[in-house]
Amino acid sequence: MKSQFTITNSCKIESNIIFFNEEKIFETEGDSFAEFAKSVYKKFGINYPKFFKMDNLSKLAFLASEVLLSEQIIAEAENNVALVFANRSSSLDTDVKFQQSIDDKENYYPSPAVFVYTLPNICVGEISIKHQLKSENAFFVFEENNEVFLTQYATSLLQNKKATKVLCGWVEYFDESYLAKLFIVE
Amino acid sequence: MEALKQELKEKIIAALNLEHISVEEFDDNETLFGDGIGLDSIDALELIVLLDKDYGIKLTDPKEGKTIFQSVETMANYISANRTK
Repeated sequence: MKSQFTITNSCKIESNIIFFNEEKIFETEGDSFAEFAKSVYKKFGINYPKFFKMDNLSKLAFLASEVLLSEQIIAEAENNVALVFANRSSSLDTDVKFQQSIDDKENYYPSPAVFVYTLPNICVGEISIKHQLKSENAFFVFEENNEVFLTQYATSLLQNKKATKVLCGWVEYFDESYLAKLFIVE
Repeated sequence: MEALKQELKEKIIAALNLEHISVEEFDDNETLFGDGIGLDSIDALELIVLLDKDYGIKLTDPKEGKTIFQSVETMANYISANRTK
């Protein structure tokens, strides 16, 4: 049984900057996350209108995954890439927005489109739909980025042949503060 | 009626985050679901909220939606006949 697996690619998105394998590949200045996300969408020629319906956590996870998966999936006949993510704030950014929409009893119009994103693992579903993945997936909520746990979880999936590659890492978003740090392990 | 259709298109694009469609490209008779604009089931729920919030229309029979939400034209006709605000 293979015991050693390696990180073959990485992507980090923070403060309106995208790094691919630690090299800066895109940057905007002074934008909100929404504006930054739209710029990335255009810059990378993504054609997926459903992107604009996603909440911010899903947009962040989706964009980091696009950077890492676009080439991987083409080469991967079975698309057997597991998704294992974690963060600290779960879907709190969207939870707060939804709560605000139902606070006023005189103006009570809860949005179904916001409500569907009040779970963190919806972002995993969005990526799976985009890339036609029917693979293993999990979303954990930790106080801090627990890379040891994620490495062990990814290794277990690969050793037990539950996946041929694992896209894993930290995807945190709350109130315009965000960090995506994802890796391809194989 | 033309003003209502224009307003509806703007509201639908904003409410459903349809960044890939402009008001100018949005045909009055284009099918909203399926092969047309491509709306989905969650969008249908948002349209029900939009009718209630902006026009005071409460849809109680889900079957009605299929006819009402065929296009901007059918929506505008229904709104102008049933609006309370």
